[in-house]
Amino acid sequence: MRNVRTNLVGAVEKMPAFPKSVHQVLKLASDINCSQKDLVEVIKKDPVFTLKILRLVNSAYFGLSREVTSINHASVYLGLNTLKNVALGLAAVGAIPKGNVAGLDLGAFWLHSLAVATATRLLGTMLGVSRDEAADYFAAGLLHDIGKIVFALYMSEEYAEVGRLVEKEGMPLHQAEQSILGATHAEIGALLAEKWNLPSDLGNAIALHHTPDGSEGTQLVDCVFAADQISKKLTFGSAGDYSVEPLPRSVRERFSLDIDGLISEMPTLDEEVERARVFIKLGETH
Amino acid sequence: MRFKFRGTRGSLAAPGASTVKYGGNTSCIEVRSDAGDLIVLDGGTGIRELGLELARAMPVACHLFISHTHWDHIQGLPFFIPMFVPGNKVTIYGPPDPLNMTGIEAVLAKQMEYPHFPVRVAELQADITYKTLSDGQRVDLGFATVSAVLMNHPAMDFGFKVECDGKTLFFSGDHEPFYNIYEPGDEDYDDYERVVTERNAMIMDFFRGVDVFIIDAQYTEDEYRIKRGWGHSCFEQALTLAQAAGVGKVYLTHHETTRTDDQLDAIHARLQKEWSGSGVDFVLAREGDVHTA
Repeated sequence: MRNVRTNLVGAVEKMPAFPKSVHQVLKLASDINCSQKDLVEVIKKDPVFTLKILRLVNSAYFGLSREVTSINHASVYLGLNTLKNVALGLAAVGAIPKGNVAGLDLGAFWLHSLAVATATRLLGTMLGVSRDEAADYFAAGLLHDIGKIVFALYMSEEYAEVGRLVEKEGMPLHQAEQSILGATHAEIGALLAEKWNLPSDLGNAIALHHTPDGSEGTQLVDCVFAADQISKKLTFGSAGDYSVEPLPRSVRERFSLDIDGLISEMPTLDEEVERARVFIKLGETH
Repeated sequence: MRFKFRGTRGSLAAPGASTVKYGGNTSCIEVRSDAGDLIVLDGGTGIRELGLELARAMPVACHLFISHTHWDHIQGLPFFIPMFVPGNKVTIYGPPDPLNMTGIEAVLAKQMEYPHFPVRVAELQADITYKTLSDGQRVDLGFATVSAVLMNHPAMDFGFKVECDGKTLFFSGDHEPFYNIYEPGDEDYDDYERVVTERNAMIMDFFRGVDVFIIDAQYTEDEYRIKRGWGHSCFEQALTLAQAAGVGKVYLTHHETTRTDDQLDAIHARLQKEWSGSGVDFVLAREGDVHTA
């Protein structure tokens, strides 16, 4: 057991730092009174984010007559609202590291993460959370499977084995992880959340998103769990397996709906995920 | 060249007894060459009546320029009768939607989707073409040219300059002067100020000396203080801009939704007094009025 733990911690240590700007942009962008200056300041502090925004703003989609060369420049040209929406789209893309990851289809992983993020936010909104909290719900959904990235990047041989087991036995992914790696992506994701100093609610949601029953039923965990099942049922991308688990009693009671009822309550899911997806493409353009 | 205000209201149509004089329809301007060729600026609710008039003498050929796709500038489009009748030719020009990565063709398609409208865009019978414009683009229509310049609004928003029969007309769409988000003394104040100055100068160069200047003047100065960043100018900003650009006749438009005729009359009287001797020749735009450039 000690060995498993050491391996996990070692893998987590290799992960790059979480861009703080992403979290701040998600927060600012959900605030109707967001100050342009605050948003501009957050973006400027992150050179990678800055570069992505400039690349997008200078793309043919905007058709500007002059090259925009700085965030100040972009801010004057586009104004708060357009900049905010651009930043929001790109922030989601910036949250997860890129590159080739063995045994994990990144495009499908991304799409699944975005769908869960969007659905988690919608579920939170249904339960009456504030705009500020809704951004945290989105972030929790977006990052819930981040542990898979750690496995795929730094324990890639074992993770490929997990993939084969899922395929051969039709076993849920987290069970296959447990049997081969001695830990699930939820657990290693939680370790990463600790390293990244993410808010404890968020770390909790990552840790417990496959076991909401043992989580004293926090609302965020329930939302992520339900959003995960919804996204799998609607096959938005891939989470590594397609087994849709029944909603536990705590989740059903919270919403007074079953999974199909919840799906019918979020008619804009498709459209919102599609929008986010376009941004993935742009964020990756070189 | 002559033009007729078909809609002068901002944000939302405001019909009723208190808006009869200046009008309750949202943004739409009919522009005609001396020979009768037709350019329409914006497709707010004011375009409906224009469509009814055009339907009396079909086939219709018209060039429709959309400043931006906020509702008050497009809401009349699905009620523009010439689009339903075969043989008519309508060209729609406007800004892209860079966030959804679509062009101006999405403007009609989206508002005519099933939950919003009973007719689909595919069922429109006229010959409709879409041309998505970019900043600084100049379109040659043969009888006139129309150029687009990116203004300052919470969406991609173009001001249009129409050159026709030896005269020039500029319509701002919605616009708020560019301003510095930093305070003097902040590290980035100077850099930001440089870009703001450059942007204000760029649009100024675009409409300097035009014969007709139609500009967004939605707010009073008091209202503007609260609504800074909403993408509209106050009367004083609009007149200051007109003065600096040395334009001909100024038409202040995009009247605040809640503003009554009496209030607009009072504002007009006050401004006339305050700006007498300034050299700026202005009126408040009135729906239904026809002017010659």
